[in-house]
Amino acid sequence: MSNVYVVGIDMIKFGRFPERTVENLGAEAALMALDDCGLSIRDMQALYCGNQGQAGALVGQRVLKEIGQTGIQVINVANACATGATAFRDAWISIKAGLYDIVLAVGVEQMGKGMLGGGPSDGISPEGILGSYSMPAVFAHMGMEHARKYGTTFEQFAKVSVKNHHHSTLNPKAMYQKETPLDEVMNSEMMAYPNTKLMCSVNVDGSAAAVLCSEKKAKELGLLQRAVCVRGSALQSDPYTTYNLAMMDFNAVTRLAAKNAYEMAGVGPEDINLIELHDCFATAELVHYENLGICQDGEAGRLIDSGATALGGKIPVNVSGGLLSKGHPLGATGIANIYEITTHLRGEAGKRQVNGARLGLTHVVGAGSACAVHILEKA
Amino acid sequence: MTSTGNILPIKPFVKLPPDAKPYIAGLVCNECKEVLLGGLRLACPKCGGRKGFAETRLAETGSLYNFTMVERSFPGVPTPFISVIVDLDGGGVLKGNLRNVQRAQVKFGMPVKVVFDDAGRTDKNNNSYVSYFFEPIDTESRT
Repeated sequence: MSNVYVVGIDMIKFGRFPERTVENLGAEAALMALDDCGLSIRDMQALYCGNQGQAGALVGQRVLKEIGQTGIQVINVANACATGATAFRDAWISIKAGLYDIVLAVGVEQMGKGMLGGGPSDGISPEGILGSYSMPAVFAHMGMEHARKYGTTFEQFAKVSVKNHHHSTLNPKAMYQKETPLDEVMNSEMMAYPNTKLMCSVNVDGSAAAVLCSEKKAKELGLLQRAVCVRGSALQSDPYTTYNLAMMDFNAVTRLAAKNAYEMAGVGPEDINLIELHDCFATAELVHYENLGICQDGEAGRLIDSGATALGGKIPVNVSGGLLSKGHPLGATGIANIYEITTHLRGEAGKRQVNGARLGLTHVVGAGSACAVHILEKA
Repeated sequence: MTSTGNILPIKPFVKLPPDAKPYIAGLVCNECKEVLLGGLRLACPKCGGRKGFAETRLAETGSLYNFTMVERSFPGVPTPFISVIVDLDGGGVLKGNLRNVQRAQVKFGMPVKVVFDDAGRTDKNNNSYVSYFFEPIDTESRT
């Protein structure tokens, strides 16, 4: 099976674009990724398009109507917040399978403002009767589980938000470029303890796209110079745990995906130079430090305290600003994370460059649950 | 004319037998013995076993596994409330609201009981719903 390379990749600056359409946003990222490697839609053999909000409405075909209807296979995928990474992985699989040599993956979402979910479909909404199913509360429960086991504090969770907002000041493509000191994070509106408003990801519109290519084709096209190799790819659903009866699981599913991705890549967490992980809420980032194996169980609070996961630290996490400040357009997030890692491996990340980065890891989870982990290496 | 509507359970595993107390229905896998919440199931999510389930009533006491104070929810949902996850004695896990308790008294592992009550909301057909709620067992900790 051929090695698979990312040869072109880009994302739009995340923001709010109510005057545009989802296909228009997707098309922009697609063209940017094609421009990144100097290719055209006519060179692409298939399109894998990730979008959650309009999953039934053939977004990929609509993207092609904006950039060129070449008649290629289009696969539309939805997998909650793991949607973009799922489209990327499907693209990767198609090259691994030997079916195609060069394909395009696009992730796009138009979100609007406000909290996800909440509308009762039938009967009455159980929200506030059977506890809370709002995402800030679901991920508050995840943090409280960690607090129960290890004594993790409100302040430690809040530090994640301080760090990622700081990182985003160095990323012009992030929704926000604004410092949020610890007292501001801790004193912002409480949503569900310990998640304050500044510890919740930003709902934004966005898109990102990648051109994936076989080794043979990349050599033929002379594109190996800036290419990044996909060393590991794993996508899992949540294995049963007893707490599934009452809580969505993001832990067992992440551990399983991480294990499989590390094994495929033949590396361990100690080999990874930087990580973009799913900080949909500040609580989640700390728990995922342990799920991804960058520290021992129970050590995540101390890891954030040590500064190791900040830019300049031993294992920088979410140097892009993360979902907390870069923004979280569901379908785009998985490919935007891969864009961030690729940019560092290429040495093109400017002021936020992680020096000497050779191996990076991306992680996303979708509620319900899905988890995708990719390990990328400088070619 | 307003129709009176029916009284319905808020979840399929909340059972409302006529002339008897409501209860939480559980299923025990005949193969791996995992305790699940009642409902339509073709096979066990834990072991994949297809040898069926024994029906059971889940306990109405348990201990607090997890909690969060919800200060802001979806528009129109009254806050604050306490969202909790409870380990039921003898197996099974439930998520719900903890009520009749002072915030400072909420602690991991505290004993709680299940009570049944009107959910406080009706649907568009004027049906009302019976829900379960959690309350502390120690009467001294009540407000």
